[in-house]
Amino acid sequence: MSITLDPKVPEGPLADKWQHFIANEKLVNPANKRKFKIIVVGSGLAGASASATLGELGYEVELFTFHDSPRRAHSIAAQGGINAAKNYQGDGDSIHRLFYDTVKGGDFRSREANVHRLAEVSVDIIDQMVAQGVPFAREYGGLLDNRSFGGAQVSRTFYARGQTGQQLLLGAYQQLSRQIGLGNVKLWNRMEMVDVVNIDGRCAGIVCRDLMTGEFSSHSAHAVVLATGGYGNVFFLSTNAMSCNVTGAWRAHRRGAAFANPCFTQIHPTCIPQADEFQSKLTLMSESLRNDGRIWVPTSADETRPAAQIPEDERDYYLERIYPSFGNLAPRDVSSRAAKRMVDAGQGVGPLKNGVYLDFSDAIGRLGEDTIRERYGNLFDMYERITGENPYEVPMRIYPASHYTMGGLWVDYELMTTVPGLYAAGEANFSDHGANRLGASALMQGLSDGYFVLPYTISQYLSDWLNKPIPDATHEEFAKVEAEARDRFKQYMAVGGTRSPDYFHRELGKIIWDYCGMDRNATGLEKALSEIPALHEEFKKDLKVTGSDTSINQTLEKAGRVDDFFELGMLMCHDALNREESCGGHFRSEHQTEEGEALRNDDDFAYVSAWEWSGDMAAPIEHKEQLEYEVVKFQTRSYK
Amino acid sequence: MTTLTNLTLKIWRQDGPDGQGRFETHQIPEISDEASLLEMLDILNERLIDEDKEAIVFDHDCREGICGTCSLMIDGRAHGPQRGTATCQVHMRVFESGDEIVLEPWRANAFPVIKDLMVDRSPFDRIMEAGGYITAPTGGAPDANLIPIPKPVADAAMDAAACIGCGACVAACPNGAASLFTSAKIAHLNLLPQGQAERYKRTSAMVDKMDEYFGSCTNHGECEAACPKEISIDNIAVMNADYLKSKFKNRKALSRR
Repeated sequence: MSITLDPKVPEGPLADKWQHFIANEKLVNPANKRKFKIIVVGSGLAGASASATLGELGYEVELFTFHDSPRRAHSIAAQGGINAAKNYQGDGDSIHRLFYDTVKGGDFRSREANVHRLAEVSVDIIDQMVAQGVPFAREYGGLLDNRSFGGAQVSRTFYARGQTGQQLLLGAYQQLSRQIGLGNVKLWNRMEMVDVVNIDGRCAGIVCRDLMTGEFSSHSAHAVVLATGGYGNVFFLSTNAMSCNVTGAWRAHRRGAAFANPCFTQIHPTCIPQADEFQSKLTLMSESLRNDGRIWVPTSADETRPAAQIPEDERDYYLERIYPSFGNLAPRDVSSRAAKRMVDAGQGVGPLKNGVYLDFSDAIGRLGEDTIRERYGNLFDMYERITGENPYEVPMRIYPASHYTMGGLWVDYELMTTVPGLYAAGEANFSDHGANRLGASALMQGLSDGYFVLPYTISQYLSDWLNKPIPDATHEEFAKVEAEARDRFKQYMAVGGTRSPDYFHRELGKIIWDYCGMDRNATGLEKALSEIPALHEEFKKDLKVTGSDTSINQTLEKAGRVDDFFELGMLMCHDALNREESCGGHFRSEHQTEEGEALRNDDDFAYVSAWEWSGDMAAPIEHKEQLEYEVVKFQTRSYK
Repeated sequence: MTTLTNLTLKIWRQDGPDGQGRFETHQIPEISDEASLLEMLDILNERLIDEDKEAIVFDHDCREGICGTCSLMIDGRAHGPQRGTATCQVHMRVFESGDEIVLEPWRANAFPVIKDLMVDRSPFDRIMEAGGYITAPTGGAPDANLIPIPKPVADAAMDAAACIGCGACVAACPNGAASLFTSAKIAHLNLLPQGQAERYKRTSAMVDKMDEYFGSCTNHGECEAACPKEISIDNIAVMNADYLKSKFKNRKALSRR
């Protein structure tokens, strides 16, 4: 399948493009919708909202999730909030401003038309979620409350305590449950998608492995939507849930879907620092804490006193010092690198000197402990449970960790990948965040894709297939792909080596974190490109999976996911090596200003890199989508 | 950071839903008190794989206490000794050197064991499908600020909505009742103005579905004590009151025919 990148951006001025698309798109009439079957993989915000809405419209929807229930997807862990250009605070917000902040926050590496559409539908999302009963925070008068987030100078973030992702996901899950109850959506739980099947140049369905029985099965459809999330777990230690993985997106990539900007990964500045060697994952502390917390380190690397005893003039509130206009609310990439510099300079705090302070004593003094408890109570409790320290009394310790991936499957304006009939939504696609995502924008994008974009754009493709036969799951191509998948899992069982999948995942994660993490350079990346294949070879020869492949086997599940992380890790490093500039979450130490800020190169790199699978992970093929800016002017991102 | 030594784990192993279960004993010579209980299980599993044995199956995912996937009876208590804390947030510092720790799957008829410590909680999804929603198809929603909701009402709805659907309430209940789970969703939606149109239909549909799978509530209150989100049993009172009213409401509707 040869790859052509046609972004299919509609005609007209930027602000009119989406309305222009809606006015001119091809529709499927209500009676005909039931003739189309759509498979959705993943039940997070994007997958649940897409399934529910497509089911409501009358399509025959089948939803696949590897969780026991759709309500478990990792969208549920998002804490801080969701952005929308409602301007309820009357502080100068507008669709244009949200659009502009998002493009600027993404360091001018996102597609203008997609981002503008995102800002437009953001207002509908809030209306929709409130109608569904999401208990957003409110003022005493009963109207909705907002808070501010990094990278913005307005308060446009809606929130439900520190559990906004949970409440939004449960809202989408409730709407999905209604459709399942009505019989419009069929739910397949504990089913993992392990491959995509293409027939005659279009996506014809998927192959799944039943996690309970180990059986493989084929499922055909008119269209397939991958809402399979991001790949942040490639670092092993991340804030992602334990089962988050790249397999859905990666298997699609191997079958012809281009993978865009894999090196754009987000390192979140406020996570609880690693406490030990055996730690399994890191925990995020919401960015919203930076509204009231002040970040600092001791000025001296030899400091040993407890935080409270360090006098003001021996503290460095470095974000407030370096970025006075945004202060503690500087964007994530900027804040993360600043923290790394402080820790690298020896000014880190905590027993391992691997964190910086996030201090609430000023805010508690100003607002009282009750107000702080009201705003962040559950986060403070969580912090105390994990660290054993009470953050009302001593400052929190935080450090950056892998959190979100801006890169993902390349999609056009209609969210279709380079494989006709195969769509990607939510974090699984690359579409809206450029090289860095702003806080409270992931929930917005997941719901935008699922509720308000896909249900419109998918009919554009489906209408051409009305009353035309499509191959069903008995087609020989399904049998072939199913056999390949079966062999792959048999092989994991058969290696009979000495190391567990977790061992390889941890080792791979170390390589990626050291050479393709917060700070990258050509020497390191080349080193990674030679170390990863060596480790992958060892994986193939020395993997050990115990247990059986005919009942639930979490070790075997993990083996398949780690295998795909190897190939993805290679592509990340290729992409990072190729992109000879610093932008957003991608920081190449060869390309920085004298003050150590990211130095972008708009003349040579204002493009999306979309990689084609060549069959050899050492030699991916790069395609480029040049980014054309109609409205936004390139400028150096400054938060000073 | 201190190190705990000489822990004994008694862990439930069961090959499948129909298998005969048994306790297996494992020694943990030492573990940091910074480790979580599940990280200790990770380490034990690595050791089992190393010894060519099958790893212990247990449900877990976010490890932040929010997804509701994890589930363990720890020393006979759902989610263990710490109040308001899910299994994945239990850290070894709550135990002492030399302790014996007993780990079992959720105990409830409605949640059959799948394997080892993993159970099937899908009846919760069936209750949600029966009515745990507000009918609001995508598109056409009015402006979000059109209906002001008093802050205490929004807060009370949020308190109920915080349920993570883990099933600890059922596991802790001597009757295997799901009243806390069901009532938390009913209270969340029935308290809000948006939820009024379907209030009684929702309540009766969800309660009837619940009764197909689960035991009856006899006000033991164990559910509230075990709930990792400290959901109040007041919600059960809301549910029961609305369920009773739903019967009258339906009669009224019938009499109009």
